[in-house]
Amino acid sequence: MKYKGRFGDYGGFYVPEVLIPVLEELEEAFYRFYEDEQFVAELAQLSKNYAGRPSSLYYAKRFSEHVGFKVYLKREDLLHGGAHKVNNTLGQGLLAKYMGKAKLIAETGAGQHGLATAMIGALFGMETKIFMGVTDIERQSINVHKMKLCGAEVVPIEGGTGTLKDAINDALRYWTAHVTDTFYLFGSACGPHPYPTVVKHFQTCIGKETRQQCLEQIGRLPDIVVACVGGGSNAIGIFSGFIDDKNVRLIGVEAGGRSLSSGKHAATLVAGRVGILHGAKAYLLQDKEGQIHDTESVSAGLDYPAVGPEHCLLKDTGRAEYVAAEDEDVLDAFGLLSKTEGILPALEPSHALAFLCSQKGKLDAEQIVVVNLSGRGDKDVGIVEKRRPLEN
Amino acid sequence: MKTYKQVFSELGEQKRAALIPFFVIGDPDFDTSLAIVKTAIDAGADVLELGIPFSDPIADGPTIQKADIRAMRSGMTVRKGLEFIRKVKNYKDIPIGLLMYYNLVYQYGTEQFFTDFHQAGANSVLVADLSIDDADEIVEPAVSAGLDTVFMVTPNTGPERMKLIASRTTGFIYTVSVLGVTGIREKLSDMIGGLVGKLKKLTGVPICVGFGISKAEHAATVASAGADGVIIGSKIVGLIESNLGNREKMLAEISTFLSEVKSTISPCTN
Repeated sequence: MKYKGRFGDYGGFYVPEVLIPVLEELEEAFYRFYEDEQFVAELAQLSKNYAGRPSSLYYAKRFSEHVGFKVYLKREDLLHGGAHKVNNTLGQGLLAKYMGKAKLIAETGAGQHGLATAMIGALFGMETKIFMGVTDIERQSINVHKMKLCGAEVVPIEGGTGTLKDAINDALRYWTAHVTDTFYLFGSACGPHPYPTVVKHFQTCIGKETRQQCLEQIGRLPDIVVACVGGGSNAIGIFSGFIDDKNVRLIGVEAGGRSLSSGKHAATLVAGRVGILHGAKAYLLQDKEGQIHDTESVSAGLDYPAVGPEHCLLKDTGRAEYVAAEDEDVLDAFGLLSKTEGILPALEPSHALAFLCSQKGKLDAEQIVVVNLSGRGDKDVGIVEKRRPLEN
Repeated sequence: MKTYKQVFSELGEQKRAALIPFFVIGDPDFDTSLAIVKTAIDAGADVLELGIPFSDPIADGPTIQKADIRAMRSGMTVRKGLEFIRKVKNYKDIPIGLLMYYNLVYQYGTEQFFTDFHQAGANSVLVADLSIDDADEIVEPAVSAGLDTVFMVTPNTGPERMKLIASRTTGFIYTVSVLGVTGIREKLSDMIGGLVGKLKKLTGVPICVGFGISKAEHAATVASAGADGVIIGSKIVGLIESNLGNREKMLAEISTFLSEVKSTISPCTN
């Protein structure tokens, strides 16, 4: 490897020897193409005409009135596929194409990354396999169906709790056996180097656009930028635009699940301890000896016991703050945005909205908060219906 | 304590490859696991590879994943691993290589882990998810604890990297015969002969081959390609799985299989 892929002491590439040459190949290709004129032009064209960038920054007036401060939503939910995931899958998919790889594999939790990969597999005519835990397949069946419609094969993973962690384990195992012709399109800014760097790069468009839109539409930078954190790609994407603006508070919201004290959650940065999983040193949810915990969250996309290495560093340095939102508050926030704005947020960014609700009365009326609305909630309607049946 | 050096040089004189069975400690439970390991020793094991179960074993296929789950459900812990190794060493002085995932070592404290496991009787610790690039994190603590180092070489490892790996290996090179994870395979990879040959030219460190060696004839082929040792994991761990209700039969089948392998790899044909 040319680089160590470290964020402070976090990150790195803790993988079996057999994966080192392919990670090296990926690193080499990324640094060869990411500023290549033709690559950049092709990605820009696809981002605009295929994915629908730039996404808008929307002032949520009625939601703002409810919480008592000014809330702007970065509308990544409006992108093709319904989430920010397409930014990364277009970038990595194009990279795979430039590398001459014929096959794509990916892991998925909520199915948003799986769907975004399946779309790109169809777009570039690549054979696509999506690894997905059986629990997630059940709770995100609409996305499973969409992936199949795009021509992808969905591989059900029964190991562990049948969630994102187990899907990553099996995707890594499959990759180990198919390194020569297969590109592993990793979904979040975590895992072994170079993925945290690659995924962040393709998500920085969120932060760049948001910063510029703030200056144009509001005339100043926001006071606070909030995003949900599972692996952390949408958060690192929007944070990256403000990291040098020291007066802008950056807040990541993790999945508090049932509650932090119950132990049934996925709040890695809030409640975890440093260790090594899936190729990187990072905060993890684990027992005393280092066995990885099962996680629990109403949102499949945040149901993961590790987190991106750069978030670990941002936590330690204090540049970003990390909090957790519990399932019930998340469901409340989902309902509130739907009712006040007619926007159904995905349960993942509903965590960020839940944090906003918790700040009611604590921030003054002129404060400006930007939320990365990283995905739309259509996929979650079934879960919400089950947890909060509508009264007739 | 018997060293790798002693074992490999004795076997070298007899022109034999080492028989190295792999088990997950505590699979399916502590006592049965100990009985299995003793059976393997009686059947002619020259070195043991033992793994402490981990929740997310990314280098392992389904057979060993299931063994990890069985062992963890039966209450296996890292600390019980120390006790297990002491008991094996009390039974026979045979070199033991530990196969670990890094997080368990890291949480224990790397230096303390190596010191304690060396005292218990381990000869080396191979960390499956730590490559030669991060060898600094484990080589010095391992050496100062008195352990040998073992690293992996795979079919896609380049020649310069092979040299680097050999230069930091004092025990043996764990040569992976396939691109893939551990598991039972019908056919032996055709990459193995060339890989052993290449390594033999580069280094005098013993070369042991594992992953996918599932039949006595596979082991014979590997030995005749010049390997100093043959590591057999999933095949015999599978025999545990298929005989969970019948301990006697489980031990008998493991014994029979390992004895058969032993006879095909000795004497070494080259």
